[in-house]
Amino acid sequence: MVVQKSAVAGTLESSDAQVTVEPGSGTLELIVESNVIHQFGRQIRKTVLDVLERLEVTDAKVVVVDKGALDCTLKARVECAVYRSNDITETLPWGGAIK
Amino acid sequence: MMHPNKKRLRRSMMFLNCQKPGLIKDPYIYGTDSIILDLEDAVAENQKDSARYSLYHALKEINYRGVERVVRMNGLDTPHWKEDIRVCVAGGADTIRIAKTESAQDVHVVEEHVLAAEREFGRPEGSTLLMAALESCRGVMNALEVCNSSDRLIGIALSGGDYTRDLQTVISGTGVELQGARQQMVIAARAAKVQCWDTVFTDLDNMEAFEKEVRMIKMMGFDGKSLVNPRQIEIVHEVFTPTKKEIIFADKIVREIDEKKAQGIGVFMVDGKMIDIAFYEGAVRTLKLAKAAGIYEEDL
Amino acid sequence: MINKIGREIPDEILKQYGKEGYQGPNYRDNVRYKKAAPMVRGVVDPKQDKMVSNIREALEKCKIQDGMVLSFHHHFRDGDYVVNMVMAEVAAMGIRDITICASSLGAAHDPIAEYIEQGIVTGIQSSGVRGKIGEAISRGKLKTPAIIRSHGGRVRAIEEGDVHIDIAFIGAPTSDAYGNARGVGGKSDCGVLSYSMVDAQYADNVVVITDCLVPFPNFPASISMTNVDYVCVVDEIGNPDKIISNAIRMTKDVRELMMAKYCTRLIADSPYFQDGFSFQTGAGGASLAVNTMLRPIMEEKNIHMGFSIGGITQPICEMLKDGLVRNIVDAQCFDRASIESIKNDARHFEISTSEYANPMNKGTFANKLDFVILGALEVDIDYNVNVVTGSDGIVRGAPGGHPDIAAGSKCSIIIAPLVRGRIPTICDRVVTAVTPGETVDIIVTDYGIAINPRRTDLIEAYKNTHLPFCTIEELRDMAYEIVGTPDEIPFKDRVVGIIENRDGTILDVVRELDEEC
Repeated sequence: MVVQKSAVAGTLESSDAQVTVEPGSGTLELIVESNVIHQFGRQIRKTVLDVLERLEVTDAKVVVVDKGALDCTLKARVECAVYRSNDITETLPWGGAIK
Repeated sequence: MMHPNKKRLRRSMMFLNCQKPGLIKDPYIYGTDSIILDLEDAVAENQKDSARYSLYHALKEINYRGVERVVRMNGLDTPHWKEDIRVCVAGGADTIRIAKTESAQDVHVVEEHVLAAEREFGRPEGSTLLMAALESCRGVMNALEVCNSSDRLIGIALSGGDYTRDLQTVISGTGVELQGARQQMVIAARAAKVQCWDTVFTDLDNMEAFEKEVRMIKMMGFDGKSLVNPRQIEIVHEVFTPTKKEIIFADKIVREIDEKKAQGIGVFMVDGKMIDIAFYEGAVRTLKLAKAAGIYEEDL
Repeated sequence: MINKIGREIPDEILKQYGKEGYQGPNYRDNVRYKKAAPMVRGVVDPKQDKMVSNIREALEKCKIQDGMVLSFHHHFRDGDYVVNMVMAEVAAMGIRDITICASSLGAAHDPIAEYIEQGIVTGIQSSGVRGKIGEAISRGKLKTPAIIRSHGGRVRAIEEGDVHIDIAFIGAPTSDAYGNARGVGGKSDCGVLSYSMVDAQYADNVVVITDCLVPFPNFPASISMTNVDYVCVVDEIGNPDKIISNAIRMTKDVRELMMAKYCTRLIADSPYFQDGFSFQTGAGGASLAVNTMLRPIMEEKNIHMGFSIGGITQPICEMLKDGLVRNIVDAQCFDRASIESIKNDARHFEISTSEYANPMNKGTFANKLDFVILGALEVDIDYNVNVVTGSDGIVRGAPGGHPDIAAGSKCSIIIAPLVRGRIPTICDRVVTAVTPGETVDIIVTDYGIAINPRRTDLIEAYKNTHLPFCTIEELRDMAYEIVGTPDEIPFKDRVVGIIENRDGTILDVVRELDEEC
């Protein structure tokens, strides 16, 4: 999927994450800020990159501000931001690209 | 064949905002019978999409440890309900709570889309249960047809806020404005052999009034109550826990009926009371409640 | 060397401080030692005036020099002005290389971090370290490793001479002009002055700082004139609203209440729940709730508490008033009700921190405790508890009396949620061991309860108790199932903190955070 415009999903509440996606400049750039970076930074990056790969996002700037979110929340926020950047809210590929 | 979970115990059904990761990550810890993951009123209009992703991954990845996962979808008068149904079925929700149900026709519409989704996402047909929230005078008046509308339907729940508005009154705290609806609904549910749940109680600082209401609706015949806060669970479970005397009596009835049935005897005495097969279901329900409360351990 | 709980303590640290690694909770039982003694000055001439006009004058009269050790107490908690006031003056005088030996340091003391950067403060010895001081320590800004001690361990270190205090500053809500100081009667009452009693006895110079001078004699005195050199009156010793809480509210959090309920059942079903039992809780939501939940059971069974100890709060004071608690022995007040109680109730006593928990004196209240309820940042599968280092690897907590009463009591219970955000509380190995696992008996979480397998007697005692018991490994597995398995926090080799066991052996070290990872 191509990130058409910048979009945000999630909040800065505890256990949540705020994900911002913007159109990229030819590559995938991921910035992660987290209050659990030492213990989970590696896993957060992997989770986010896996989601982006499933959604075939290869050219975007993605910023994750994590407040101790579990993987299920991270995935949900990244997917939401990417689909929002394409204005898609219906007939989503549940169980396909979203999994 | 009846869905094995259609008649499971549902004393407490606790609402949770699907958009709040901190709330949906482990509500099973509180011991509620069912959780209701809310896509409707708790979620702001511009976050409806976002809540679905949260819901999908929660259903797929969080181990809710046997607690029933009900999802409240948006009403049929909104643009959201079709995608709500798709995500519920794809995620494997146990039950969908249909908001603002007015008639059997509403249930049929949802049922049709649920079936389509079950086929689309490769889930067993008929695996997704439904429950209907009645939130208007018309809905309450149609309670019986709603209760009889579908094999998937586990029961009906009163939604007191919208209902009283439609009735042109307010929640007074006395319960007088809800009296008719409660009575009508519980009778309809019993007539159709489905379950029935009372509306939420929102004043968290008045636990005494809450308990009084729970005692009342239990006496009226309700199966349980929709809840808004984990603080309410314990009281509901306490009220719905049978007394020791009731448990002993129910235990005897179940044993005696099982035994007498084998001998071909239809009517007999237990503790000086005339007992027949009609007592069986009630006694089994009493033991189920006692077991859920952790005070009865037999496997009858 | 690797000590008894499997922690690697660098040999050079042991050598430099003349210490041994931790060897078990009673390793130094019956060991004889010579107590340290201060170099003091007699006030012989009756005409001598102890009043000084400001802190500068006190410092000058005490002959402040580079490299000295200054001591403080933390009865004013986050409302304290004294530490910053004194250190600002020290800095203004151009003094350097100071070691602060405090009973605890908190968020109120963030300005000290700047003095660490400037080399004005080069040593920290404290029970608690929070805020910017903690960050400065973990980022390696302090010249010497911070030494973290329990409340009892601090008294021991002072009495054994591990640390020698040059000047003790004792903030006091009231004092007379001759240095009799009390925790009550002023505008910023903190109730008791327990933490400073040892400082008053073992420091070369003792300065009382008050904002409420009262007529002589200010009696009964917590700090006696016999130990005080100078008295200094300032406008404010602290912010009364932060020194004590008006009323600590009973939690409504269902999770906390659930854990409190488990804990109450554990106490009630234990062999130690008998008339005359003793008890310490903290002021955390769940442990405070235990006080309230225990009460009806005590009433029903006609069981009275022999003594209650620790951070004192309203529920316990009410039980004292109603005759359910026979004595309160108080080393710290947390709310207004506890201050009223100590002023008015003859069975509510002020004790020193030595009486509370110094393991090397001849007997403490800690040793007489039946139940203690404690918190934890982390607990590992060996039951070791961390209450000092945060999940970011930064020092941000306080052992307080945690290791003391865990070791002294018959049944120590830790209450903590299984996970906080994404951080698992129950883990393979705590970042920093602060309370050794062999002194920790029961872990109560919202997901289940684990009893230390060393306590076969307790496991037996609870065999008919219906609670969600499981193993600590099961708790860890549940935590990791929810949040994932955490990676190890990256540290450099350099030691920036020493976790001293209460008996003076070394339990663990804290290393400098590696922020490039």
